[in-house]
Amino acid sequence: MPKTPLRLARRTLIGSAAALPLVTPLRGPRAQAATTIRIGVLTDLSSLYTDLSGSGSVLGARMAVEDFNPAAKGFNVEIVSADHQNRADVGSTTARAWYDRDGVDAIVDVPNSSVVLAVNQITREKNKVMIVSSGATTDLTGPQCSPNSVHWTYDTFSQPAGTARAMVAGGGDTWFFITADYAFGHSLEANTERFVLASGGRVLGKVRHPFPGTDFSSFLLQAQSSRAKVIGLCNAGGDFINSVKQAGEFGITRRGQKLAGMLVFITDVHGLGLETAQGLTLTTAFYHDRTDACRAFTERFHPRNRGIRPTMAHAGVYGGVLHYLKAVEAVGVAAAKADGAAVVAAMKRLPTDDPLFGQGEIRPDGRKIHPMYLYEVKAPAESRGPWDYLKLVREIPAADAWRPLADGNCPLVRT
Amino acid sequence: MDTILGIPAVALYGQLVLGLINGSFYALLSLGLAVIFGMMNVINFTHGAQFMMGAFVAWMLLAWAGLGYWWALFLAPLIVGATGVVIERLMIARLYRLDHLYGLLLTFGLALIIEGVFRNAFGSSGLPYRIPAELRGATDLGFMFLPNYRAWVIVASVVVCLATWFVIERTKLGAYLRAATERPELVQAFGVNVPRMITLTYGFGVALAAFAGVLAAPIYSVNPNMGSSLIIVVFAVVVIGGMGSIAGSIVTGFGLGLIEGLTKVFWPEASNTVIFVIMAIVLLLRPAGLFGRA
Repeated sequence: MPKTPLRLARRTLIGSAAALPLVTPLRGPRAQAATTIRIGVLTDLSSLYTDLSGSGSVLGARMAVEDFNPAAKGFNVEIVSADHQNRADVGSTTARAWYDRDGVDAIVDVPNSSVVLAVNQITREKNKVMIVSSGATTDLTGPQCSPNSVHWTYDTFSQPAGTARAMVAGGGDTWFFITADYAFGHSLEANTERFVLASGGRVLGKVRHPFPGTDFSSFLLQAQSSRAKVIGLCNAGGDFINSVKQAGEFGITRRGQKLAGMLVFITDVHGLGLETAQGLTLTTAFYHDRTDACRAFTERFHPRNRGIRPTMAHAGVYGGVLHYLKAVEAVGVAAAKADGAAVVAAMKRLPTDDPLFGQGEIRPDGRKIHPMYLYEVKAPAESRGPWDYLKLVREIPAADAWRPLADGNCPLVRT
Repeated sequence: MDTILGIPAVALYGQLVLGLINGSFYALLSLGLAVIFGMMNVINFTHGAQFMMGAFVAWMLLAWAGLGYWWALFLAPLIVGATGVVIERLMIARLYRLDHLYGLLLTFGLALIIEGVFRNAFGSSGLPYRIPAELRGATDLGFMFLPNYRAWVIVASVVVCLATWFVIERTKLGAYLRAATERPELVQAFGVNVPRMITLTYGFGVALAAFAGVLAAPIYSVNPNMGSSLIIVVFAVVVIGGMGSIAGSIVTGFGLGLIEGLTKVFWPEASNTVIFVIMAIVLLLRPAGLFGRA
């Protein structure tokens, strides 16, 4: 008697363990109206990138709509959102359903480079619009560039352009990489390595960790025994936080090796605490305490986002949606709904100007151009209050921050 | 420099110690699962969420009540165990007469709900929890720099695992428990309150998960996803060890920690998969698991 249920249980157990990650995405709303522009925020609402993008990105999009005030210009804008669970298949399915069934005209945010590249293809095929803020791969403005896509906030070139150059210039000329094993990590590692080599540094080794990871101590120990002066962390969000915490625990920084986070968000610094994070160098497109306009935006933003200050990804969604709506107004709502590429062409034609990023432009390859900023994390004693975490090291002019147009191999540029 | 292949022996020792540390968590968690399954025949998918709750309760005790790590190590398992008792009384107890699948679906649903609630309330970046002052610092073992806290994790886990094994396999209370699993009516006829015993067993299994959660809080960031990433591996550990086998889950937990540690050196990309490959092989050769009774 006890044997049969035992065996049955094991089989059920294995089967359901395999089915565990299959949770269906949220459904967007239905009907389409000719005068309604529908924007889908495709993001991570449940996993390691939730705080740096997630519901804050949805809020960023909403605030852009509020500030643009489409009703005064004769059309409506609706925001829908969905969780892609950091899986390219879930992201693709959602994107198709949104475009085909739910009348979504543009997809914004999109953390996770694997999802970005998948949705990029679908957006082009359906002639819609994608504005990426959280996704990082430079392939989006390189070999896979599309007349339907804009890459707004940062990419795997702009991040090392600030941090890696600064580290090598400061004497950190030997590197070991700990890299998230998917499109984003690979792209970030390749670009960082290029900067290290070009600045006269050497790469002593690299290790790729499963994504997402929890225990990084093994990889950190490998980095330690390489005796590299700098450990380059080519991962993000929760992976980055755990790597830094565990590096502190194993005494890696106390023994003279430096950590270089290639993609660090203000929420990561918050999660680590200043005690652990102090002294880290990071490159960002937006810091909530940089200008009066940034501070004003933050004051409106954080009470609606559980007190979490806006990250550069949230700011990018705001800026991107605002500029998108300006382009929609320029081409007309009906034309904008019919032809995504026309809207993106208008976005490239119009100069960009918003309170968070200032004036800029979108290049033919879809790359949004603005200056980046190199910051250092404050020591606990320097911090004057909650979320006062960073001090400016220097501004990285737009000319140095982005991959030159000619180097990206974007087919749109060659022709 | 030499990294992956031709790795120096000293570096390998370091990785083995790290494997043991991860194994400590696997062992503690799979032990809780094995106790619950072995005694109640319930596949407790909420286990990962309860592990996470243990870490969060530790954080709450510190942030809201000013109670430090050692208090948390004692109180968090009690508090989370008590929630387990409530869940068992109100929900799981209704499903004993049905197929296992229902218990599994219920606990899986509960796990999703609990994780969602914590994510909503605390976000996903995680909350910092400091290592207690007594266990800060590290010891130089010659071949590696071992943080004192990690050494403590191994010790605490081994002690708790052995104590649990001893209670269930070698004491009168354990004998009652095992008897109640096999012949509940008969044990009840001897005047033992079987339903209460089962409720407390579930509470105990849950408390083990919470204990592991408190141990994990200073190492991993305290975040709502910390359990879901571990739990799948832990289920594989339980399947490899043999469902419901107490000793099996302990030995397999530590053993697989070691194997995973070695994989991280020689083929890091595969370190997520290696346990499942082993699971597949074990299921083919010994369908009842390494320590299971077929």
